[in-house]
Amino acid sequence: MKMLPFFVIIPLGSAFLISLLGKKIKKSPDILANLGALGLLALSFYSIGLVSVHKVLVYKVGGWMPPIGICMVMDGLTSFMLVTVNLVSFLVTLYSVNYMERYSDKYRFYTLFMLMLAGMNGIIITGDLFNLFVFLEIASIASYALVAFGTEAEELEASFKYAVMGSVASSFILLGIALLYSYTSTLNMADIYLVLSQKGTGIIVNFIAILFLAGFGLKAALVPFHGWLADAHSSAPAPISAMLSGVFIKTLGIYALCRIFFNILGASARVFSVLLILGVISMVVGAFLAIAQRDIKRMFAYSSISQIGYIVFALGIGTPLAILGGLFHLFNHAVFKSLLFLNSGAIEYSTGTRDLKNLGGLNSRLPVTGFTSLLGSMSIAGIPPLGGFWSKLIIIIAAVQAGYLGTAVVAILVSIVTLAYYLKFLSFAFFGKLDAAWQKINPVRNTNFCEERNKISNGVKEVPGLMQFAMLVLAIICSVSGLLIAPLCKDFLPSAVNVLLLGKGYAQTVFTALK
Amino acid sequence: MSAYILCLLLFCIGIYCVLRKRNIIKIIVGLGIIEYAVNLFLVLIGYRSHGRAPILAKDQQILNMVDPIPQALVLTAIVIGLAVTALIVAIAIRIYEKYGTFDITQIRRLKG
Repeated sequence: MKMLPFFVIIPLGSAFLISLLGKKIKKSPDILANLGALGLLALSFYSIGLVSVHKVLVYKVGGWMPPIGICMVMDGLTSFMLVTVNLVSFLVTLYSVNYMERYSDKYRFYTLFMLMLAGMNGIIITGDLFNLFVFLEIASIASYALVAFGTEAEELEASFKYAVMGSVASSFILLGIALLYSYTSTLNMADIYLVLSQKGTGIIVNFIAILFLAGFGLKAALVPFHGWLADAHSSAPAPISAMLSGVFIKTLGIYALCRIFFNILGASARVFSVLLILGVISMVVGAFLAIAQRDIKRMFAYSSISQIGYIVFALGIGTPLAILGGLFHLFNHAVFKSLLFLNSGAIEYSTGTRDLKNLGGLNSRLPVTGFTSLLGSMSIAGIPPLGGFWSKLIIIIAAVQAGYLGTAVVAILVSIVTLAYYLKFLSFAFFGKLDAAWQKINPVRNTNFCEERNKISNGVKEVPGLMQFAMLVLAIICSVSGLLIAPLCKDFLPSAVNVLLLGKGYAQTVFTALK
Repeated sequence: MSAYILCLLLFCIGIYCVLRKRNIIKIIVGLGIIEYAVNLFLVLIGYRSHGRAPILAKDQQILNMVDPIPQALVLTAIVIGLAVTALIVAIAIRIYEKYGTFDITQIRRLKG
């Protein structure tokens, strides 16, 4: 129970230390950031065991009793999200050690990265609605700055767009929280549920639900609100794209939506149908926007919109099997989408371009990147033994069982479109003949950085060992993640599903744990 | 009641400003207006007519006090808003250095 605040303390503390020491001691940012992320990963794995024994853990911040004070709550869903976020963030920090050499001021990068991580862990673990808003803003502000990290014209433009959309979304969320406070006179999530069940839900609660849907929908980039995502995610440095697409939009968007709609407001059939429709639209629009792209990262970014659509669609169906499929797909998508963004970073690191037209035949020169991209792409497209297949299969079976035959067919068709554009990526980038440009020095096309390195090494070479290691680990996880639905792992995924299915029981379990 | 309606009006002015203006500085001002409208709304929630500050002194009984929590929340929200505004203004200055204009219709290198 004492360990709960450490999910916020570790990243905040390492951000502070990195900014303090980073400029003076050369290697300290790398070491501190990696140690911090490793510690968080170990703690999150430990938390799975704790949750399987105690079900719910509550930490009272400052010793104040919850409806008055702030509390931190750890249940199945929390530990599931913590493992997902910290697993991806640890591998991304490993990857950044070499990748971020091309930017100056690496210690600033790690400081912002750790702040973002503190925000995300805080959102997941908090049990207080306003506290959630504060952590959400910490994570968002760090991510606006990280998108603009390269300070080139395109990056600044993307960051401005993202910051404006993000601030409007935050205002909607704050307005929703204010209205909810005025209606229930409390900010504690469990207590809000109790008050709402006594007072009954009227038109005001529906209005609050719409505000939250707009706010968190903007953060999750569901389709009517998706405009910023492709620019922001493709302009950021590759490790940040991996974090943003892999876990950021899921923590700020999907997790917060789940927590509020399932455990606090109590999901009504109308909310479910709205989520279902938004999910299907995102799925289709994202896939068709992705297929037309020539920039690798832009293609992956639109693909994220489409895959988020799958998750929201599954949550909108709302049966136990569908929620299992949705959360399972959330984990899978976090793994393979961050893998694919790291691959795109490796391609950019080696060749200096992300344009599919200029690439080709890289498989002979970048074997590890090529192999891991193959696994990641096939997993996201849903090829049988890999993780992505199982989660999509569960979602589609759940849709058929619940009677949504038409949308199940749409989901299958979108899956085929997904396969099409990932095959396009693979064939343009890795298969075929090696472009003459990459066999020897090409000063015209390469950026300065790659130009210098290619002069020494005479042609394109595989990326450094730590980057390869991070990509390989993610590739292994995404090829065996199908095992998560095996009975052996029942403490991980099913316990997260149970929290959402429990719905109304959340408040009772929290208050029981307090006594 | 009229206070709430005026507050909503302020919020709508901010949204209009963000959606319709072409100058990025005006968009930032619009964001500021939205933020202040929400902060004002939070303060209005806590207001009680003829209420007093909720500080309990010796031998006193407080019969009618304003709600202190929204005021604490507003302080936090203002600080967060300051951080966001400072960051966006910094980005806007860098954009002006790169593009030489504040007009968003001309800041369009990203597409697709």
